[in-house]
Amino acid sequence: MSDLGTGFVDSSRLTMMSGPRRLADFLLRWESMLFFIFIAVFVGNSLLSPYFLDPFNLFDATFNFMEKAVMAMPMMFVILLGDIDISVASIISLSSLFMGMASAAGADTPTILAIGLAVGLLAGIFNGLLITKLAIPSIAVTLGSSSLFRGIANAVLGDQAYTKYPASFAYVGQGYLGESIVPFEILIFLATALFAGVVLNRTVYGRHVYAVGNNKTAARFSGVPVDKVRLIAFAVNGLAAGVAAIMLTSRIGSTRPNIASGYETDVITIVVLGGVAITGGKGNIAGVIISIFLLGYLKFGMGVLNVPGKVMNIITGVLLVVAILLPKFTDGLRAKLRAGKAKSRARGEEKV
Amino acid sequence: MKKLLKRKETTLVLLILLLIFAVSLRAPGFVAPGSLLNIVVDTSILIIVSLGQFGVILIGGIDLSIGSTMALVGMAAAMLNQFVPGIPVWFFAPFSLVAGALLGGLGGILVAFGKLPPLIASLGMMSAYRGLVFILSKGQWVTANEMTEGFRKIPEGLTLGLPHMVWAALIVAFLAHLFMRHTRSGRDVYAIGGNPTAARFAGVNQAKVEINVFLISGALAGLAGLLYVSRYGIAQNETASGFEMQTVAAAVLGGVNIAGGSGTVLGVILGSLFLGVVNNALPVLRLSPFLQMAIQGFIILTAVVANTLVDRRNKRVFAAGRVR
Amino acid sequence: MDANILEMRGVSMYFPGIKALDKVDLSVRPGEVHALIGENGAGKSTLVKVLTGLYKPTAGNITFEGMARRFSSTVEAQMAGIVAIHQEPIMFPDLSVAENVFSGHMLRKRGTGLLDWPGMRAKTRELCARIELAADPDSMVSGLSVAQRHMVGIARALSMNARLLIMDEPTSALSIRETEDLFKIVRQLKAEGTAILFISHKFDELFAIADSYTVLRDGKFVGAGSMKDASVDSLVRMMAGRLLGQMFPKRKVEIGREILKVKGFTAGRSFKDVSFSLKRGEILGFFGLVGAGRSEVMKSLLGLDPLDEGEIYLENKKVRFKDPHAALAQGVAYVPEDRQAQGLVLPLSIADNICLPQTASLAAAGFIARKTEASLAREYGSKMEIRAAGWDVEALNLSGGNQQKVVLAKWLATKPRILILDEPTKGIDVGTKAAVHEFMSNLAAEGMAIIMISSELPEILGMSDRIIVMHEGSVAAVVDRAEASEEIILRAATGAAGEAA
Repeated sequence: MSDLGTGFVDSSRLTMMSGPRRLADFLLRWESMLFFIFIAVFVGNSLLSPYFLDPFNLFDATFNFMEKAVMAMPMMFVILLGDIDISVASIISLSSLFMGMASAAGADTPTILAIGLAVGLLAGIFNGLLITKLAIPSIAVTLGSSSLFRGIANAVLGDQAYTKYPASFAYVGQGYLGESIVPFEILIFLATALFAGVVLNRTVYGRHVYAVGNNKTAARFSGVPVDKVRLIAFAVNGLAAGVAAIMLTSRIGSTRPNIASGYETDVITIVVLGGVAITGGKGNIAGVIISIFLLGYLKFGMGVLNVPGKVMNIITGVLLVVAILLPKFTDGLRAKLRAGKAKSRARGEEKV
Repeated sequence: MKKLLKRKETTLVLLILLLIFAVSLRAPGFVAPGSLLNIVVDTSILIIVSLGQFGVILIGGIDLSIGSTMALVGMAAAMLNQFVPGIPVWFFAPFSLVAGALLGGLGGILVAFGKLPPLIASLGMMSAYRGLVFILSKGQWVTANEMTEGFRKIPEGLTLGLPHMVWAALIVAFLAHLFMRHTRSGRDVYAIGGNPTAARFAGVNQAKVEINVFLISGALAGLAGLLYVSRYGIAQNETASGFEMQTVAAAVLGGVNIAGGSGTVLGVILGSLFLGVVNNALPVLRLSPFLQMAIQGFIILTAVVANTLVDRRNKRVFAAGRVR
Repeated sequence: MDANILEMRGVSMYFPGIKALDKVDLSVRPGEVHALIGENGAGKSTLVKVLTGLYKPTAGNITFEGMARRFSSTVEAQMAGIVAIHQEPIMFPDLSVAENVFSGHMLRKRGTGLLDWPGMRAKTRELCARIELAADPDSMVSGLSVAQRHMVGIARALSMNARLLIMDEPTSALSIRETEDLFKIVRQLKAEGTAILFISHKFDELFAIADSYTVLRDGKFVGAGSMKDASVDSLVRMMAGRLLGQMFPKRKVEIGREILKVKGFTAGRSFKDVSFSLKRGEILGFFGLVGAGRSEVMKSLLGLDPLDEGEIYLENKKVRFKDPHAALAQGVAYVPEDRQAQGLVLPLSIADNICLPQTASLAAAGFIARKTEASLAREYGSKMEIRAAGWDVEALNLSGGNQQKVVLAKWLATKPRILILDEPTKGIDVGTKAAVHEFMSNLAAEGMAIIMISSELPEILGMSDRIIVMHEGSVAAVVDRAEASEEIILRAATGAAGEAA
């Protein structure tokens, strides 16, 4: 018997749904629909430009969104937890600042890389500690730290820039794998995505993240160290911002305080468009990865059409809103599909 | 607890006075009446938009689209003035209010009916409106040369000795206080933020409240946008970029609870004034204006932490009193 | 006026599969205190929800002040003059007393439509004086004690000219002195003609304040009458009155030596000086009515809630658990009462849920040990006879009974020495109940020590080797299986027994 007023589907004798129904259910899945849109974008782009389908151009296009791709991976964890981090772009700014300072002081590439990572990690830990130890909502903390971090970069640099970086440093963001046409940045992303996927689906931590994001109380009762899980998520988010800072700084070859401006909106859009519920607990990595390439190539196509950056922002903004409104719609449809099946089963007393 | 409320505001007043005093040690001219008046004039715009942000924070949300709304409405007004110079000056204020309200209202609808979290709705609006500025202006700037003299005089024209900007701030502040404290709709905002379930039990219409706060925030942002472009004599793509952060800083500094449900108009005004003093002190102390953002972030963090700790201490005192 | 102010005839409230109220009658006269009596789950809160407009009754008539009424919202009921004050007063903590009193019906100045604060303040002061509440109308509610908040609730009801005031367990968080103050106000209201529907299980209070009563049991009307003609016995009999016809599969088990001893547990207002012991193979039942403090004791035992004083001895060694995780490591598992919020992570699969507390300990270098988890899930899922298409079905797709089984399987999989079950069969059907009981018996036979918190008399009497009855935070009685009966238990639980055993 279903419980009073909780409204979940009573289907104690679940069996497989019939073929066509199953297909419809699978197709209506968020990831599937995303994939179709991605195909549409791809087709659209190749129609726009005969050179689009050239492998070199395809790879080249990725340069513009690999940093955001890397950032989207840990952001997925944060949002799955039901939290949010809008300071990631500012962490890039801070990390880039310190790398610039190191480079200006004559440091070699490995040192610069280490500093970039360290700053990102420390910034993430800073956020995480305020959020977990003082129980301050993540929106409030990251709102403040986003101003603070970029503010520091502003204060130190003003309208100046660091432009001198060692030649080997440039490889990270501009280099290719050996003699091939595959950019090194893609490799970084692939490694990150693989790691994220394994952690999310195969490790204890990933399981804990889903538990906390879905039902904090149940998680705590089951012995999940809720605060530790959240702290780690924010720390890693900061670290990834550090990686992105390295990639971006190396690619542009300079550090300005307004580096990565607006990236946080894009990254959050990527994750949410990828099917991760903004309230947490629901979502998977496949959707996010499709979303990365969908948005990346969409922007690329718009760039080919000479759509100004600001207008692309409009599209991103609208997409973010649509990405959240739409699941409510499709979930309703899928529930109706399932309920239709369950109703025809729920005749007679439920026997257990 | 009148005492507690008074404490937060009096602390703020003391802080402001302390800050002014400290700055004046280095730069005695800071305390001159002309200088102080200048600070107030300068801060009027911030006061206006912060009061709009106040409503959204009260219901537990946040409005990140304020800067973009300011820019869009400001650009619209400036372009109107540029291409149709015959439009009378008195038209622009109501125009800005209505245009802003429409823009804000969209966010309200997304939150009330789309059930979007205010943060996400305003993030989307922020990007969209900022992009619309570009489309509207085709990337062109409107500078002081293209504006009529009447337009440029809007903020600083004097009536009864005070610039219009200050009048605007005073009127908005008065109306805000009236609304928040003395109307049912205003108290409904506090109710929804304080305890949404209890509020609904008491018959408060949550959707109406959500739409209202966004309408107000948008309208005030529109007005502020008009004042901003006419005061600084320029309307461009990056106008007021990031301004919303200042409004959040002003609010939390003024004792508004970031989770919603409590805060006062006076607190928001005082918080804005504090920020105004800080911003004006920077050039006077020969400090880089680039310090502004960092200070702002620092203030937000410190204020939020302080508010949280104070609230927690009060709750513990109360709970301990229960044991018998 | 002799006519009843409230007449409920044949009121029913049906939910899918559950009859929360079944043709209930209730009559209340103006100016009287009418007690609504019944065990947990008898239907009292449902009745209140119907009266206050939260629920629309499936059937029946409600006549209030001579007019047939059907309320479609709480506001409507309030405007009609029916106001409820709940156990936990619903307030706005950051707003003032005056504002809370007038929430939903603020006074406005004539003409401008602006709020009339001076008027509200004055009226609040007047109401507070009337009920002897010493609170400044402008002070914030967050600074008031629970008793004071109750008073604010009463003031609010008065400000709405409530003619029927519903008080739901109003004294569960009050001291004796505060209760006396409350009763003084109640008597005053009575004299003014207000009718009061008083829900409480504390018989001493009911006999002190109530004029008449209505008893509910299992959603049905059992009896009504004047308090003068009633006695504790007659009321208890009406409350319990069921035949112990159901067979409980409790096997006779060798009870071993003591495994757990709790001494002098005290925590604030929740419970005081609670001590008990638990033996291997024993099923120790904990019975009590609302506010008795049973769950609170267990939560403090596990480190979920703070403890002011008290000692825990596990196998004669003194221990202290800082959180459920630590308790689990020592073999003490707690299955919470509210299954949805505290037991299951709904989007995760059955297998994932069963293994959740142990995912970390079973893991190899942080990786989920899939095979181990799968076999563990299969083992315990089968033991609990969970019916589902597969172990990867998401928990939210299961029925209530099956969900409860998953929760139990989860904790059993940790192979505890002591299992604490909080209302294990609440809200599930008879068939599943029997299965759970059988299972508990088997566990006890294998040597596990079980604490079972339950509010269902047949279950307590049928399954327990010993029964601890709690009343208002203290142990009221410890009864052996052989000597237990419904009446003895209920008397202890309602405080009518007098001294604690």
